[in-house]
Amino acid sequence: MAEKKLIDARGSFCPGPLMELIGAMKMVEVGDEIEILSTDKGSANEIPQWIKKVGHEHLGTREEAGVWHVNVRRSK
Amino acid sequence: MAESNKISVVVLSDKREQLQMAAMIASVGAVSGNEVLIFLSMNALRYFAKGADIEAPAEGPVGTLMQGKKVPPFKTLFEQAVSLGDAKIHPCSMAMDLLGFESEDLEPYVGEAMGLTMFLDEAKGGQVWSF
Repeated sequence: MAEKKLIDARGSFCPGPLMELIGAMKMVEVGDEIEILSTDKGSANEIPQWIKKVGHEHLGTREEAGVWHVNVRRSK
Repeated sequence: MAESNKISVVVLSDKREQLQMAAMIASVGAVSGNEVLIFLSMNALRYFAKGADIEAPAEGPVGTLMQGKKVPPFKTLFEQAVSLGDAKIHPCSMAMDLLGFESEDLEPYVGEAMGLTMFLDEAKGGQVWSF
């Protein structure tokens, strides 16, 4: 069954959250979901672009109280 | 003609902002499907001595702002470029000779010394960034 992993990268500046996501992406299985938390607006924009470029699935981005939640599914 | 996905980053500066930007381009480039080559020379090389934890001086106000904030350290980003994105890091053989360094004196993620003939050949046809 697909797992969901949460990464808390709040407080870290670009490209810290992206690099944390990529490190985690290597540890999960194809089909698993990762939700990454970031307070860095640049990273909230950058992460979906990276997801699209490398071919994973961007499940959505939402902001709650200054924290961006970006959800991604490992596709390959 | 197919678009080249080769990125070469020449790192010379000992200033915080320059080292940071070089590390950002190298790491993000490497994890985004590009073939990244990092060439370390001049004043940048000594930061990559094994275990070196030297604080790079700020060049201007943004470099000063970076201090104390949770900005990923540039050495960590270069290491991640290698570990997560298969980037290659090579020190310039001239700077190695000047500083009296051997390969084993550098961080383990830094490869063998490279001369300019080889670097220019490797960088041919791709993007080249210099800091």
